[in-house]
Amino acid sequence: MIKVPTVAELTAEGKTPEILFWVGCAGSFDERAKKITKAFVKLLHNTGVSYAVLGAEESCTGDPAKRSGNEFLFQMQAIANIEVLNGYEVKKIVTTCPHCFNTLKNEYPQLGGSYEVIHHTQLLKDLLDHGKLTIERGSYKGKKITFHDPCYLGRANDVYEAPRDLIKKLDAELVEMKNCKAKGLCCGAGGAQMFKEPEKGSKDINIERTEQALEVKPDIIAAGCPFCNTMLTDGIKNKEKEGEIPVLDVAELIATAKDL
Amino acid sequence: MILAFLPNLVFLMLLIAAVYVFTRNILKIKRNINLGKNIARTDKSTQRWKNMALIAFGQSKMVKRPIAGVLHVVVYIGFLFINIELLEIVIDGIFGTHRIFAPILGKAYNVLIATFEIFAFLVLVAVIIFWCRRNIIRLNRFWKNEMKGWPKLDADLILYFEIILMTLFLTMNGADLYIQNNFPNAEHYQQAGSFPISQYLALLFEGFTLETAVVVERTAWWMHIVGIFIFLNYLYYSKHLHILLAFPNTYFANLNPKGSFENNTAVTAEVKLMFDPDADPYAVEDNSAGEPDKFGASDVMDLNKVQLLNAYTCTECGRCTSECPANQTGKLLSPRKIMMDTRDRLTEVGKNIQNNKGVYVPDGKQLLNDYISTEELWACTSCNACVQACPIDIDPLSIIMSMRQYLVMEESAAPADLNNMMGNIENNGAPWPFNQQDRINWVQDL
Repeated sequence: MIKVPTVAELTAEGKTPEILFWVGCAGSFDERAKKITKAFVKLLHNTGVSYAVLGAEESCTGDPAKRSGNEFLFQMQAIANIEVLNGYEVKKIVTTCPHCFNTLKNEYPQLGGSYEVIHHTQLLKDLLDHGKLTIERGSYKGKKITFHDPCYLGRANDVYEAPRDLIKKLDAELVEMKNCKAKGLCCGAGGAQMFKEPEKGSKDINIERTEQALEVKPDIIAAGCPFCNTMLTDGIKNKEKEGEIPVLDVAELIATAKDL
Repeated sequence: MILAFLPNLVFLMLLIAAVYVFTRNILKIKRNINLGKNIARTDKSTQRWKNMALIAFGQSKMVKRPIAGVLHVVVYIGFLFINIELLEIVIDGIFGTHRIFAPILGKAYNVLIATFEIFAFLVLVAVIIFWCRRNIIRLNRFWKNEMKGWPKLDADLILYFEIILMTLFLTMNGADLYIQNNFPNAEHYQQAGSFPISQYLALLFEGFTLETAVVVERTAWWMHIVGIFIFLNYLYYSKHLHILLAFPNTYFANLNPKGSFENNTAVTAEVKLMFDPDADPYAVEDNSAGEPDKFGASDVMDLNKVQLLNAYTCTECGRCTSECPANQTGKLLSPRKIMMDTRDRLTEVGKNIQNNKGVYVPDGKQLLNDYISTEELWACTSCNACVQACPIDIDPLSIIMSMRQYLVMEESAAPADLNNMMGNIENNGAPWPFNQQDRINWVQDL
């Protein structure tokens, strides 16, 4: 049993965590995304990182409201969150969701919330470089893994290498889709599309992206975003490959390799 | 006596007319762009100059697609070089001289002319390949819906212009060489220049008398320069304005990470007030600053100046649309169309102002619905692929976001699903209807 500390508890004990893990709405509530949250927390414990979560004090960053055009709601959310974050004197935030990552990193400073914000793959890469995280080789040996770039991690913030470096450490064969990195195709969830039906067209975007992934014949599709994960999982189901090709977060791949 | 100066006079008048009309039209564009709202894009000037040098001058994003990129670089360098030749032609035209740079530059003149010729030939080849890509290979992005009619004709006309101008340039040189070789004592025609390409054209004139050859040379010379004057003034009516506007456009481009969307300061003021415990909720709103701010954009005047500059700069290459996930999967949205619509509406508003003594008289139309439909706006995934793809840093996404802001905050016209999602965020701090207190329940079975 792992005990996940909240910032409130630590503050009561007079302690300050080095890093706040911003879990995000998907990571808190979505059944699939909760598994990613848990895998990441196991890695945090395994590496002895000083962290805490906000728990019930966390609220939506406002990303889907902002991309929908509801600047009011976004700023209400942002200012309320910033009050909490600044109240606890948070300096550094890690998040498993590129949407939270982008919003906290790029859109909170203008409203009075400036923090060092990193994506969980960046933290894991950093821990690896400093010898705090070891990645067990072997369990993915010879497996072909393709990485789908989340738009809000890749194009939006130019983070392309951290997740790839981690996958390569797994002894797996990293195969690139024809549209990758800056040319990566969206999974179809961004811009609040996750929460609505798509406009009429000839195909759903997640199907198009899944087809691009299947073209490189991967054993596993790796993702770094809970929404991309859902979209691609749906795509794989649509192609009736759910038994064959799992869609896994980079944190899940590493946690599984470490048998956590 | 006057007759002797007639060509000079005619030339000067044409030159003045061309520059005058062109300047007047450019001022119209400037006036139209200034209808937009101010946006702070003058910070970090070193980085801005660097961007302009790399992306506009250096074509760094253009070559991301190697075939179109390299061909475009050829035409672009040709254009830069041939502008030097244009200077000589203008001086010759005004003063009635012929190849005035030749005695000044000596041997270097031969190198210069030879370089122009080689580039003129390469431009000709590149432009013909461009034409084939559009009309024979029929690349998908040139045949999308928004390209029907004038945009298609415009694109072809530009290529025809360039083919004609380059052919005239080489014909003029070929006839000149023929005269130099066969009539060494001909008045005006000094021995000057090196003609690696037009030496072959000179063969066509074999047997021509001096008079006929002079007529050919003069006709080509005049048609070439008049063609350039016409082309200069065609820019205003064409997508080809990018040859000028790409420079300011890359200078004023967004330097923040692409995921950082503009903060709407009009909203911030209101939200801060709501959070301020000292604010008096019954206070009369201070309207001294004029009309209350409108949130988002329903027409071009609501957009900012950089968004409007973007619209005039777009050269309709369609790289944005070909990378757009919504467009690739058959949705109505095309980022290129967003830019074209914005430009067309802005031109319409500009004409309205022109016809109404400098004041815009509402014409019952706007950018939203009359040009851009809500179906297009709601199909965007905000993935930034269009922004990434643009070779000159145009940002269609920012216009889509400004228009969504208007739809949601002024019209409450979001799709029902999104209203549900936003209602959930308002009520329980998550896009789904879960209790905020339950956010930490995932720890239970760790």
